[in-house]
Amino acid sequence: MNEKARKFWTLFWSTFQLSAFTFGGGFVIIPLMRKKFVEELKWIEEDEMMDLTAIAQSSPGAIAVNASILVGYNVAGIPGALVTILGTILPPMIILTIVSYFYDAFRSNRIVNLVMTGMRAGVAAVICDVVITMGKSIVVMKRVLPIVMLVVSFVAVYFFKVNIMLILLACAVVGAIDTIVSEKKNEARPI
Amino acid sequence: MIYLQLLWSFIQIGLFSIGGGYAAMPLIQHQVVDLHQWLTMGQFADIITIAEMTPGPIAINSATFVGTQVAGLAGAIVATFGCILPSCIIVLALAYVYYRYRELKMIQGVLKGLRPAVVAMIASAGLTILFLALWGGDAFPTALSDVDFIAAGIFVVALVVLRIWKLNPILVMSGAGLAGVVLYQVL
Repeated sequence: MNEKARKFWTLFWSTFQLSAFTFGGGFVIIPLMRKKFVEELKWIEEDEMMDLTAIAQSSPGAIAVNASILVGYNVAGIPGALVTILGTILPPMIILTIVSYFYDAFRSNRIVNLVMTGMRAGVAAVICDVVITMGKSIVVMKRVLPIVMLVVSFVAVYFFKVNIMLILLACAVVGAIDTIVSEKKNEARPI
Repeated sequence: MIYLQLLWSFIQIGLFSIGGGYAAMPLIQHQVVDLHQWLTMGQFADIITIAEMTPGPIAINSATFVGTQVAGLAGAIVATFGCILPSCIIVLALAYVYYRYRELKMIQGVLKGLRPAVVAMIASAGLTILFLALWGGDAFPTALSDVDFIAAGIFVVALVVLRIWKLNPILVMSGAGLAGVVLYQVL
């Protein structure tokens, strides 16, 4: 195998393994990627990895996919990004395709049904836990605007079934205006 | 055409799920359950459960599951492709801009504004799943006496364990599943 092919294979196989063992999705993959690409392979600098994490988090879409796009792009350009995307999405695709084909048989089994009922209560608890943690991070900012936005958005989504895209767009605009206003204030204030 | 509908739905999910993971959940519910009725609320709750138990991002897991249920393997591929397409374009563009300008005050401001909305959306979807788990319906519950006490007990114990001991969610959910089998069989 020549140098280039080996590089692409390592990119693919590393992201494939990372993706196959990242349960629950999300942020978990970042420290694992750091370990692999920064510490083991030394393909990416420590600081760079931090920048990539920030971009992955602030972009739309799954963090794991975003992070692997950035790592692939960083190491081998657009072809590298395509290879890492494939490595990241293949494991969940294979597993879910299998689950999906057996879903009906699986779901009509009595024991499975009981397990799923119990787990549903568990999922509800996991989501509540996430909401409490995320909500806290907004409340501790001690600013009125984000809290008002949180309450108004919740009422709009839950009780009035307002389209989620509209709410996100509105909040993005409010966030941008808020930044402009506070920037202006900082400029006006003599240092 | 079903493939185009799947593609467009999951492009929107990919485009608007900022913050990863749970942020995608209410969007998927909106597109897949409310708008197109590809899945029932019960099936949706099942996917979230399965997505939590299997590796990989929730959005990719649900794209594959919904795609397969609606239009077979080709549907799964189309939905997954739609789901990652916005990320690919935006992430690469942002990476390019980032390396040129580094500090992006405006983008940071927009993201700060989105955070409360994301929490509100997740809370809303979470509440729907909670009612489904405890009352067996996704509407606002009317009578407290209709509550499934076993599910309620599992929910409370799971939440306490998560908040206090910060146990791994996979472990908590496996425990909840096991408790479900044992308690519903016995009681």
